[in-house]
Amino acid sequence: MRIELKNFKKTFGDITVIEDMSLSLESGEMLALLGPSGCGKSTTLFAICGIHRMTGGQLLFGDRDVTLVPSQQRNVGVVFQNYALYPHMNAYENIAFPLMIRKEDRKTIEKKVSEIAALVHIGELMERKPAQLSGGQQQRVALARALVREPDILLLDEPLANLDAKLRLEMRSEIRRIQQQTGITAILVTHDQVEAMSMCDRIAIMNKGDIVQLSSPQDMYQNPNSEFVASFLGNPPIAFLDGVVTDGGVQLASSEALLPLRGQHGLPSSGMPIRLGIRPEHFQPENPLKVTGRISFVETQGREELYDVTLSNGSVLRSIQRQGGGYHLGDEVSWGIAENQILAFDASGARLHMGALA
Amino acid sequence: MNTNFKSWPILLALGLTSVPLVTMYAYMIIDTVTVSPPGSFIPNGISFGSWSFLWEAPAPGRPSIWSVTLNTFIFACVSTLMALSVSLTGGYALSRLHLPFRGFFLGGLIVLHAFPTITLIIAIFLILQMVGLYDTLAGVILVKAALEIPFGVWIMKGFYDTVPWEIEMAGLTDGATRFTVWRKLVLPQVQPGITALGIFAFLSGWSEFILPQVLAPGADAQVLGVYLQSLISDDTSMDFAKFKSVGVFYAIPVILIYILFNKHLMNIYGGGTKG
Repeated sequence: MRIELKNFKKTFGDITVIEDMSLSLESGEMLALLGPSGCGKSTTLFAICGIHRMTGGQLLFGDRDVTLVPSQQRNVGVVFQNYALYPHMNAYENIAFPLMIRKEDRKTIEKKVSEIAALVHIGELMERKPAQLSGGQQQRVALARALVREPDILLLDEPLANLDAKLRLEMRSEIRRIQQQTGITAILVTHDQVEAMSMCDRIAIMNKGDIVQLSSPQDMYQNPNSEFVASFLGNPPIAFLDGVVTDGGVQLASSEALLPLRGQHGLPSSGMPIRLGIRPEHFQPENPLKVTGRISFVETQGREELYDVTLSNGSVLRSIQRQGGGYHLGDEVSWGIAENQILAFDASGARLHMGALA
Repeated sequence: MNTNFKSWPILLALGLTSVPLVTMYAYMIIDTVTVSPPGSFIPNGISFGSWSFLWEAPAPGRPSIWSVTLNTFIFACVSTLMALSVSLTGGYALSRLHLPFRGFFLGGLIVLHAFPTITLIIAIFLILQMVGLYDTLAGVILVKAALEIPFGVWIMKGFYDTVPWEIEMAGLTDGATRFTVWRKLVLPQVQPGITALGIFAFLSGWSEFILPQVLAPGADAQVLGVYLQSLISDDTSMDFAKFKSVGVFYAIPVILIYILFNKHLMNIYGGGTKG
């Protein structure tokens, strides 16, 4: 079902959490609300499921205006961070609870519960109480409970935050599989960019109560519209070089080094400050635009190796390379930046679009 | 503990200091089924004569022990039920709802709980007389329940505070009304609190003396505490063996409840502390 949030505003007392936010989801789409803590992503989620009343704005499920509809009649399924399973009921009763509230007959309930249990692979756990289930199993029960009454929209509030690393990986693909299999419209709230990128069709990055960019994971990674977005996405994170635009290119701050970005147009006029964002995969030994520095940190990640290279002016660039480069801590290296992959930002953090000269 | 701490000195000290207590309890029971010569510790015969109040018709003007026991039971049960129902709902409201003057209510509860009952008794007496409930079981039940409520609400609020919000949010999004959520999802989480509070209130009602003594002294509404007191205040026939027998009879339900429910009673300290 198509979900539309128009001019949403939310205040708690004197504090305005969200000023004016609009968002729309296509039917069957999974969207991530991604942002640092306190950016208002959970507030948005609670407004959509009806637990918080909206201070202003409008919420549409399909053509139905649910702005003033209480939570019970909205038909949303929510998976909470701590799963919020009912501790005194076993898995079956937990999943059946929404149906019992609707007073469906026993046969129908049994049929629906066993169908959904098969979908989330917990068929054999139905007799267990939540305390007897592992984190991943609790997560599956919570998903089943949220999905069993075929909600218009599925809301996931940091669903993986309480799982250990291995389970998180497993549940990431499981949630996506279940979402795609049921074709439900879903919103995932998370502060983890890896989750957002790997699970969702689109990502809305939020900062201070506003959506700063809304795009597909791929596009957002390659074309961030601000420094905030660029620094939020990517692991290991992007590195920045401060500098000033000169005739010959970019003069790095407190350094003699000049990056000759002659092949680029769209640079601001001379004398303007500029920040260059360089992702670790675009700072490699074989690239032509060399900068020199000293390896100040090496992190082995198994398949790859992550190097921090400190330049003479103190700035740090990161590089991620295959194993076996033979570089060591303290080595003086001269590696190159992939010129056409540089992301440039002005002093306010907004993206400057540069392109190669034709 | 055994290796670096000897336990026998402690056991010895505890044993010695509790000898008088154990002796008193032992003789409280022994005296009710034996006869001993005056001044002697050694009984010289068995007799159940002092228990005759259980089967003999009461003296003229005195209520029968069974009607008094029934009164006590009704008194304890009904005041417990009333205190429980108000505590369960009031505690929830204070813990979860946006009440006006919430802080005032919370402070008021503590003050009320700290208030000695006896200072209120004249006012309560006057009120009961004015509404015509003086010397009735109903009147004294109402007063007892009212005085139990501040403690009960406070304890239950503490239990409700420990129930995660998310459970209620999940219930609401699952389509349940606020009342159903409370009834089906929240109450089961505070079950230990309900049990403990119920037992406490029952025991407190069972052993209540001063309120029935002042507010319902008549034979129709007499409870066991008052019955016991009237035995000892009767100067004409002082019968200590009978007094002890009634005392044991009075204490048996309390002892049984403590034995059966001591685990549940400890919960009130475990769960109610987060208020």
